Amino acid sequence: MKKKIEEDSKSSNSLSKRSKSKLTNSEELHRIEMKQQDPKIRITNFEEVSLGLTEEMVELETQRCLQCGKPLCISGCPVNIKIPQFINLLKEKNFIEALYKIKADNLLPAICGRVCPQETQCEQACILNRQGEPIAIGYLERFIADWERKNNLKECPECAAPKGIKVAIIGAGPAGLTCAGELAMNGYDVTIFEAFHAGGGVLIYGIPEFRLPKDIIKREIETLEMLNVKMEYNSIIGKILTIEDLRDMGFKAIFIGVGAGLPILLKIPGLSLNSVLSANEFLTRSNLMKAFRFPKYDTPVKIGKIVTVIGGGNTALDSARTALRLGAEKVIIVYRRSEAEMPARKEEYHHALEEGIEFQFLTNPVRFIGDDNDNVSQMEVIKMKLGEPDESGRRRPVRIEGSEYLIDTDTIIIGIGTRANPILTKSIPELKLNKWGYIETDENGQTNIEGIFAGGDIVTGSATVITAMGAGKKAAHGIVKYLQEKYLEKK
Amino acid sequence: MPYEILEKKELGRSGTIYEMVLRTPLIAKKAHAGNFVLLRVNETGERIPLTVADYDREKGTITLVIQVVGKSTKLICNQNVGDQILDVVGPLGNKIHIKRYKNPIVVIGGGVGIAPCFPQAKELRDAGNEIITILGARNKGLLIWKEKMKTVSDELIITTDDGSEGMKGVVTDPLKQIMQKRKISLVIAIGPLVMMKYVALTTNGLGDLPKVKTFVSLNTIMIDGTGMCGCCRFSTLEGDIQFACVDGPDVDGHIVDFDNLLKRAGRFLEQERDSMECYDEECRALEQLKKEVI
Repeated sequence: MKKKIEEDSKSSNSLSKRSKSKLTNSEELHRIEMKQQDPKIRITNFEEVSLGLTEEMVELETQRCLQCGKPLCISGCPVNIKIPQFINLLKEKNFIEALYKIKADNLLPAICGRVCPQETQCEQACILNRQGEPIAIGYLERFIADWERKNNLKECPECAAPKGIKVAIIGAGPAGLTCAGELAMNGYDVTIFEAFHAGGGVLIYGIPEFRLPKDIIKREIETLEMLNVKMEYNSIIGKILTIEDLRDMGFKAIFIGVGAGLPILLKIPGLSLNSVLSANEFLTRSNLMKAFRFPKYDTPVKIGKIVTVIGGGNTALDSARTALRLGAEKVIIVYRRSEAEMPARKEEYHHALEEGIEFQFLTNPVRFIGDDNDNVSQMEVIKMKLGEPDESGRRRPVRIEGSEYLIDTDTIIIGIGTRANPILTKSIPELKLNKWGYIETDENGQTNIEGIFAGGDIVTGSATVITAMGAGKKAAHGIVKYLQEKYLEKK
Repeated sequence: MPYEILEKKELGRSGTIYEMVLRTPLIAKKAHAGNFVLLRVNETGERIPLTVADYDREKGTITLVIQVVGKSTKLICNQNVGDQILDVVGPLGNKIHIKRYKNPIVVIGGGVGIAPCFPQAKELRDAGNEIITILGARNKGLLIWKEKMKTVSDELIITTDDGSEGMKGVVTDPLKQIMQKRKISLVIAIGPLVMMKYVALTTNGLGDLPKVKTFVSLNTIMIDGTGMCGCCRFSTLEGDIQFACVDGPDVDGHIVDFDNLLKRAGRFLEQERDSMECYDEECRALEQLKKEVI
């Protein structure tokens, strides 16, 4: 297989190769569209919105791939999946090999195929963008992972022989799971310590069922367990066990992937009113604790008639769409910048529009107003305009004085971002942090303490699932290098 | 990891308060006065915070005292010795600061809040402090852990609303008397929000009595218990926001906006009622089924 790709790579990556294709001109320019649940129906359930591709669709889409000699898509991927190769295998209907090809670089394709912002990564790099739409790489990745699930397979790559060296992973989120998988494949004895009663981190408490079914995460963790990764739930490191305890237990290296879990709350009047809550609380209730199935599940979630969500990222969108499904009559998203600056995945934004979510851009909350029982009843907002670019490169929103107005609302969800959780880092006083409380690491993911590595949101601040996975992978390589030099080469 | 119930007994004559001893070796090793655990009974259960009322590092156990107030607490109290709790997370929250104070410490426990007073009184007394304990309950039948508290107190005062045991009245009555007579270094109050509010009002130095540093223990609604959701947040009288789970659960009673907290505490009442009704219905159906089978 490799050989064929190499032969292909001799040819130039120009678009002229197209002439060989059997596709019509329109098929060449436009990517395949994934089937979806009808918006009117899907807002009444928590089932997945996007339904995946059929084999016929995959056949059409894979033919569009030019099999570039110097594929740009691979470098657009934070974990460098061999994208053209897996697409070529898919084209040949060699699904199992395609699956292996992806899993060699990414153990969690069912997750990434669904939640990666492909439009700013692999698909943005695709050369087809110059003429039409890029290859639907995310859809294809998801197809092959779904094919594995449908056929009841749980494929995992070959592992190296056990080395008898223990590594502890703190946090079972995307960074921790990826790091664990990489290390297990390299023959290390890995234990993941997770604070919650279920693994997945943000995948399980943050992302709703209709975007990422929880069964998928469960299966991906089962795959890791097949690689002999041990899961210790309900274990908050820094509380139940310290780093010293872990060292005493024989762990030779430790990876910290605890995420950036603390919600940023707006410090404006009315924050302590009832039914003003963080997106973290709202989503954790619904996703992890399954409040959407109350009273079958005991955790309640309260939803009003008019729900206002503050923020423009995926978390805000997830909250808004969850609120809709829980029975809100109207859901408004208030975002202080404009549509163009929204950090949310494009696809999710379109889905939200289809579902009838109302967007009020360039609008910022001023205060929350409550009734006599301290229940929220209104939100005062102010219109904004875009000024000069700030440190994020986006134009800074500036208040338009005198433009305040009131929005009637009985539930307010704040989804404006998160910051570092200090529980673990506080328990290791010598660990070097930056001024925001995030851990400082070198290019191998190593912290200032020997044998302790870190990656994901606790290093970078909140980013995407795949970025955290990339960091987990990088740190795993750093750990392998460290352990090899320290414990294996000397012997 | 299984968390087995090793002991269970009913406290007082209430029919609603239970003491349970759980096997949690790792938590027992690290627990201190002030810490709490989050407990989820089964797959469909919610996570509820309970303050550690006692711990035994050798036996690897913690003791919890639970009063039935809603479905989840009822579900826990319906478990028996030998049953396993699905999830127990902890020890969470900050442990209390232990030091030797110049003057006596008044420890005030109200209702089921008496139980978490025990490790605080014990650890502070072990550090050489004089402990004056005031226990309050609605009536004699609801008074718990009297004998146990005696073992960690230099003086023990009891109040009941109806006078069925000790003084007739509320905990702030003897507190005021003590404060008039003696210099007090610290007051610790654990119990219903209303009780803690009035203790804080008694000791805040704004009335005729001197100001005394006062800690209250906040048992707010929680989910993760690690500062992640903000569900447990409370407002200070100055309008700042703090989280009971990571800034507490023991906090300076003089800064807490109790009136807002009282309103927040009731925000799920409707759902809690529905949940309880469903559970009672389930239990009745199960009883019926058992009868039919027999």
